Amino acid sequence: MSIEAKEEFRPKIVAFCCNWCSYAGADLAGSSRLSYPADVKIIRVPCSCRVNPMFILRAFEKGADGVIMCGCHPGDCHYSTGNYYARRRMTLLFSMLDYIGVENGRTRVEWVSAAEGVKFSTTMNEFVEKIYSLGKNVRLEDIRCRN
Amino acid sequence: MYKIAKENLSALFQSIAENQELYLPVEVSGQVNYKAWTPDAKVSLETLKTVKSPKDAFFPQSENLYTVQRDGKKLSIQPEALKEQKFVVFGMKACDIQGVKVLDNVFLSDPVDSFYAARREHGTIVAMACHEPEESCFCKVFGIDCAEPAADVATWMVDGELYWKALTDKGEALTKAVESLLTEADGTDAEKLETEKTAIRAIVEKLPYSDLSLEGWNGDALTEKFNSPVWEELYKPCLACGTCTFVCPTCQCYDIKDYDTGHGVKRYRCWDSCMYSDFTMMAHGNNRTSQLQRFRQRFMHKLVYYPANNNGMYSCVGCGRCVEKCPASLNIVKVIKAFEKQGGDK
Amino acid sequence: MQELINRAKELLADGTVARVLGWKAGDLPYNPEPAYFETEESLKDFVYNGFCGANLSKYMIEASKLEGKTMVCLKPCDTYSFNQLIKEHRVDRDKAYIVGVGCKGKLDIEKIKKQGIKGIQSIQGAEITDDAETLTIQTIYGEKTCAYKDGMLERCHVCKGKEHQIYDEIIGESKDTKDADRFDEVRRIEAMRPEEKFAFFQSELSKCIRCNACRNVCPACSCRKCVFDSNKFDSSQKANVDSFEEKMFHIIRAFHVAGRCTDCGECSRVCPQGIPLHLFNRKFIKDIDELYGEYQAGEDTDSKGPLTNFTFDDAEPSIVTERG
Repeated sequence: MSIEAKEEFRPKIVAFCCNWCSYAGADLAGSSRLSYPADVKIIRVPCSCRVNPMFILRAFEKGADGVIMCGCHPGDCHYSTGNYYARRRMTLLFSMLDYIGVENGRTRVEWVSAAEGVKFSTTMNEFVEKIYSLGKNVRLEDIRCRN
Repeated sequence: MYKIAKENLSALFQSIAENQELYLPVEVSGQVNYKAWTPDAKVSLETLKTVKSPKDAFFPQSENLYTVQRDGKKLSIQPEALKEQKFVVFGMKACDIQGVKVLDNVFLSDPVDSFYAARREHGTIVAMACHEPEESCFCKVFGIDCAEPAADVATWMVDGELYWKALTDKGEALTKAVESLLTEADGTDAEKLETEKTAIRAIVEKLPYSDLSLEGWNGDALTEKFNSPVWEELYKPCLACGTCTFVCPTCQCYDIKDYDTGHGVKRYRCWDSCMYSDFTMMAHGNNRTSQLQRFRQRFMHKLVYYPANNNGMYSCVGCGRCVEKCPASLNIVKVIKAFEKQGGDK
Repeated sequence: MQELINRAKELLADGTVARVLGWKAGDLPYNPEPAYFETEESLKDFVYNGFCGANLSKYMIEASKLEGKTMVCLKPCDTYSFNQLIKEHRVDRDKAYIVGVGCKGKLDIEKIKKQGIKGIQSIQGAEITDDAETLTIQTIYGEKTCAYKDGMLERCHVCKGKEHQIYDEIIGESKDTKDADRFDEVRRIEAMRPEEKFAFFQSELSKCIRCNACRNVCPACSCRKCVFDSNKFDSSQKANVDSFEEKMFHIIRAFHVAGRCTDCGECSRVCPQGIPLHLFNRKFIKDIDELYGEYQAGEDTDSKGPLTNFTFDDAEPSIVTERG
């Protein structure tokens, strides 16, 4: 690891993207040459509804500084209703994280369709910016996973 | 014998903690457990029973054994260092000290557990007599005298004063280190102490469990106890949680697990509970498949298997923590009594 | 209590039920245990008093697999759990003969002991028929008294009500014991600054010894294999090695019962370290009530739970940040 990289905080960001809309949106962002920070690591899931609250906590455990979940717009779910359930779950989970004192803004949900490459790119830029300002995740990390 | 006024105890703790770690009963969020002393810790020596026993000091609930680091294709293994600093555990009661002896038989006999041995070697135990024993106590049944705890140093709290008596070389060394804070006790003090001991023993006599009989519980009773139909009734309320095993000062079963850190593995061991369905899980499955078997294991181990292997020494010390903490109000006393009743019916 | 025993004897005698699920007298004044009684003779040990706090609905999961009917004694709050278990197909209504027992608030021996009462020999005033407002406690260290209210479990101070939600018959009177709002504490925490919230939960959860009592006693936690026990997944770590794991365990457990938790308070009752685990469950209940409409799990056996349901115009997760 270079000295530079040690000094500068590079956030680790996990993005759960649904296969049908958001992953395709990310694809479009790429093929349209829209840039978003390389700090975002995308995990493709079959539907936003596949994201178990445990996935989010585990991402934080293993060292993520921010977690974002992207899915089809409500009403456009490939499986009709998956994202409606996901929406309720994430709302409750984020509220719980807020309740136990995790900084607001480390988690986010955004609905990104396959045609919204621009939205994907701007969302990711914004989110990375936000995590930069919040700094390193210390409240939800497992210290054993530190380098 | 020495003494020190109660209000000077924090100075004593400070003085001990200057040179070594000091563990003693500390209140955190309403519960008292053994914790490392800090200047702002809420020390509670009055607490008779901490929720968890102090066995943590020698056999922590979880401890790292070694770390495997991955660097490219290279793996490096870093064993965890053994305990090298001295430490003091302050305020252990007679039952918990007997609990440590039970652990000694397991971890210090061949093959010696080096992590445990290192902690035992570096630890000094300051015992404290039980001022006001409670109804869940039954240490007397196991021949323990809570008025005369035997460790490196024995202490008694009488009328706002702590009496201090070193009993071993380690105890002498600790006494020497804090001598400036202690004052020599005289004849009247010795009398006061004797009165206190008599008072404690008188209370113990009055405790409801003090007349519990262990007749029939020994290594020879294996088959008879194991096959008894009494277990079928006894285990039923058991929720299969691990409360009894985790608050117990003598439960010594552990599991060894790996934790994936993303760039290596940490191998650690942690307490396990025979009440759990995955206890002693092996490749072929599990050798105790029903809760009855698991429940029976715990008590047979304490009262039959362990005495059979350790010259009749029970691995229950009568601290009564399980009596107080079991969510379903089951405990070892009820087990012993149930067998007694059954014997009477015959 | 005698009325209960008589009824149990009748039901056993006429073959309506094969066994009775109730409480058996303990060997101390405060430790009765849940127990099955199969004969009239065994009922001599039957007891029902202020210390019978255990929610027997949990035991009905196993009892539903036995041959014949079980007469089960359920307090008003236990009946919510029973309904919820019916909804989840975990108990068999036809295998249960539910006797709704009266309740005047259950006692917490830890709370009584916190008042400095120790060496307990006997306790008067805990009987269900007693109208006494105070408990008279004989101890080795002299007679002590304690107001019944001060010895009551936290959950009884925020009682959901004295009505049984499901029963075949009711024996005994229930009393209103509610004198606080169940969301007060949740609101107090919500109003804290993030650092304070974090410090509060860190301090509470650091006590957790991962004994799993909260999980095993919970009627909603009826999975055959818990994710935290699964050896196929490295979340089954058995001990809290790191502060993260305590949080992970309790958040995930609370989340998994969210929308199904009836707020029976068993988790907090059994925690050996006195962690106020209900604060997690109530936070979810409060959020559900506010965001998706009032919902009480266990009020009925057929409504859709809030997390298995949705509306098109549900709040977006960003509401958490927006409401501040």
